[in-house]
Amino acid sequence: MKAGMKPRHRRLALAGGAFVALAAMVALVLNAFSSNLVFFYSPSQVLAREAPANRTFRLGGLVQKGSVQRDGITVRFIVTDLAQAVTVSYRGALPDLFREGQGVVAQGRLEGAEFVAREVLAKHDEKYQPPEVAKLLETRR
Amino acid sequence: MNAALLLALLIALLLGCVPMAGAQLGRPRWMALARPLALALFACVALAFASLAAAFASNDFALRYVAEHSHRALPLVYRLCAVWGGHEGSMLLWTLMLSAWTAAVALGSRALPLPFVARVLAVMGWLAVGFLLFMLLTSDPFERQFPVPAEGLDLNPLLQDPGMVGHPPLLYLGYVGFSVAFAFAVAALIGGRLDAAWARWTRPWTALAWVFLTLGIALGSWWAYAELGWGGWWFWDPVENASFMPWLAGTALIHSLAVTEKRNAFKAWTVLLAILAFALSLMGTFIVRSGVLSSVHAFASDPQRGLFILCFMGLAVGLPLALYAWRAPQLGLGARFALLSRETLLLANNVMLMAATAAVLLGTLYPLVLDALGLGKISVGPPYFETVFVPLMAPLVFLMGVGPLARWKQATLPELAVRLRWAALVAVIAALASRQDLAATLGLLMAAWIVTSMAVDFWHRRGALPRAVAGMMLAHLGVAVFIAGVTLVRSCESEEHLILGTGMGANAAGHRFVFHGVREVDGPNYRAVQAWVEVLRDGRKLADLLPEKRVYTASGATMTEAAIDSHLTGDLYVALGDPLPGNRWLVRAHIKPFVGWIWGGCLLMAAGGLLAASDRRYRVRKPAPSTALADGLPPYSAHEGLK
Repeated sequence: MKAGMKPRHRRLALAGGAFVALAAMVALVLNAFSSNLVFFYSPSQVLAREAPANRTFRLGGLVQKGSVQRDGITVRFIVTDLAQAVTVSYRGALPDLFREGQGVVAQGRLEGAEFVAREVLAKHDEKYQPPEVAKLLETRR
Repeated sequence: MNAALLLALLIALLLGCVPMAGAQLGRPRWMALARPLALALFACVALAFASLAAAFASNDFALRYVAEHSHRALPLVYRLCAVWGGHEGSMLLWTLMLSAWTAAVALGSRALPLPFVARVLAVMGWLAVGFLLFMLLTSDPFERQFPVPAEGLDLNPLLQDPGMVGHPPLLYLGYVGFSVAFAFAVAALIGGRLDAAWARWTRPWTALAWVFLTLGIALGSWWAYAELGWGGWWFWDPVENASFMPWLAGTALIHSLAVTEKRNAFKAWTVLLAILAFALSLMGTFIVRSGVLSSVHAFASDPQRGLFILCFMGLAVGLPLALYAWRAPQLGLGARFALLSRETLLLANNVMLMAATAAVLLGTLYPLVLDALGLGKISVGPPYFETVFVPLMAPLVFLMGVGPLARWKQATLPELAVRLRWAALVAVIAALASRQDLAATLGLLMAAWIVTSMAVDFWHRRGALPRAVAGMMLAHLGVAVFIAGVTLVRSCESEEHLILGTGMGANAAGHRFVFHGVREVDGPNYRAVQAWVEVLRDGRKLADLLPEKRVYTASGATMTEAAIDSHLTGDLYVALGDPLPGNRWLVRAHIKPFVGWIWGGCLLMAAGGLLAASDRRYRVRKPAPSTALADGLPPYSAHEGLK
């Protein structure tokens, strides 16, 4: 900063400052990253207690036919991977492409035996099957 | 297969080879071929594009691509937009944009040295070769099918929206526009000349590409807000990130080019950024077009395509990087600067913008890589990006107030402090007066800081405001408006689910929503249930909103069409949910204060970029022979007499 600073010191200060700033940024990014990863589980994994109890995760599978029940604003439906099934509850309007018998991915937490979804993923292609679900069903067959 | 596309490939090959060889061997006639070839390339691709558009206009379902993305009942404007509604047409649009930029450089570079122009156009020619080959080998939009179907499959209803008319062309103009800065950088590395003049030539092209990218992203965000029906304006979806990363890198490039032009410093860094910005654009194409993602944009899932794009990217980015590693040490360090100077502040700007780019890259690619390696399925949601972005952007915004006021080469702390004391005072008062939560207070503090420090700058510059500076100010003002919009909508918005039957009303967030019933409405290619919702506040009527649930006849797809009443101070947003027993409906009502400022800020940024790009300083006239000598530039002066 001082006008009389030697070029070598100046460069050293610049490099040092940049290094500290970068290190801080890397720490910030990695910390945020590791605490915000969302993992994907199937109903079988959830019932085998492989899914975390107090952390947000994604649950995927098929919406069981005839399982959708609306109770005012809250809606409940069953997600199945053809082996096991988990009841999901969600507050609000379901996405346009939500259909009984089709694939769905819900993001939320387990509360007791029920999966409380904060988000039901709206995918925007009619032909679309969430890839997680497609893979899951492939291995089941 | 289309004859015009084949011809275009041939021309692009010639453009890639002949002028480049001419520049290396010093053959002016070969170099002079670059401009006519560039124009011919554009003509051929435009012809191919026009013939595809004509096929859509006339419902020519003999073309598989047309049959898969159109329908007779589709209105003409959406039939024309359907040209880029799928993978093959998007690639044709990309190539059209690339050849348009190439032609624009050919026409707008009359004053630049011929060998440099020849190299630039040749590099762009090679890019065109890559994309034309990609189209002809893996994704031909002109593939015919037999028997000819009587009817098409229709365009994805989500894409039947006014926002989709402009979003892809603008976005691609931006993406591909960075190919100009890329080609300028590669040409300079090949030619061995990289100086302030080079930066001056590159700046307006980069700014222009950035303007289009800004507009494209903003329009896409507005489309998601209006069409997806969730009231969100940015989802940190991989496809959005794919366009945001080149934008961040492009923003860094614009600022670093300023240093290179004014102070002849950061040369190696600027060239690297020019390569990186375009590499990120290519990567965006790879992410969106290879089918590695499952989202609205990933229409294709063909591994062959992904492999081609990957190889193409490896060549298009790897070769320039190798060239860079070889040549960069010769570029020199440029003028010296003190620890506190505008150079250092702009360096900090670049570091933070690139850190943000890296953070977005990590969050976007990590799940893909993990999945590709079979290590599990994860997703990285908005919380990650939001946690990372606020701390990275806050110091950047602080510097945005300081940077324009700092002197080049050497600034002094007392002088800066005196200049900025009023800005600091006003910003703090504005933040304290806002009476919002912490995040909103911080946001308003930042917005007020930008505006007031800019006002100080404006005051100091009285009388002398070249367009480049005025454009910078306008763009920074846009950032302030954007930040104000984002923070206000985040902290003051409200969302309510209401259950309403005919004649019923409900209160939500200080407003009253009265449901007057539903009726059936017929669109050109859909049937809809339309509800009539009246919104009142303090007994005064604010708006009649008509949200719809549409069923598109061709595909049977259901679409929620939200009704939005927009004002400068905020939006009323109503979407129709599921029907309930007893003739009642689930209705989602959002109040979105100042949400329009988000896109208004983007418009201001784009207007600023446009203003800056139009600065007279960038309109290079033919240099007098003496200046070329004074600059001491042997590689080109050898050809001066032959032009």
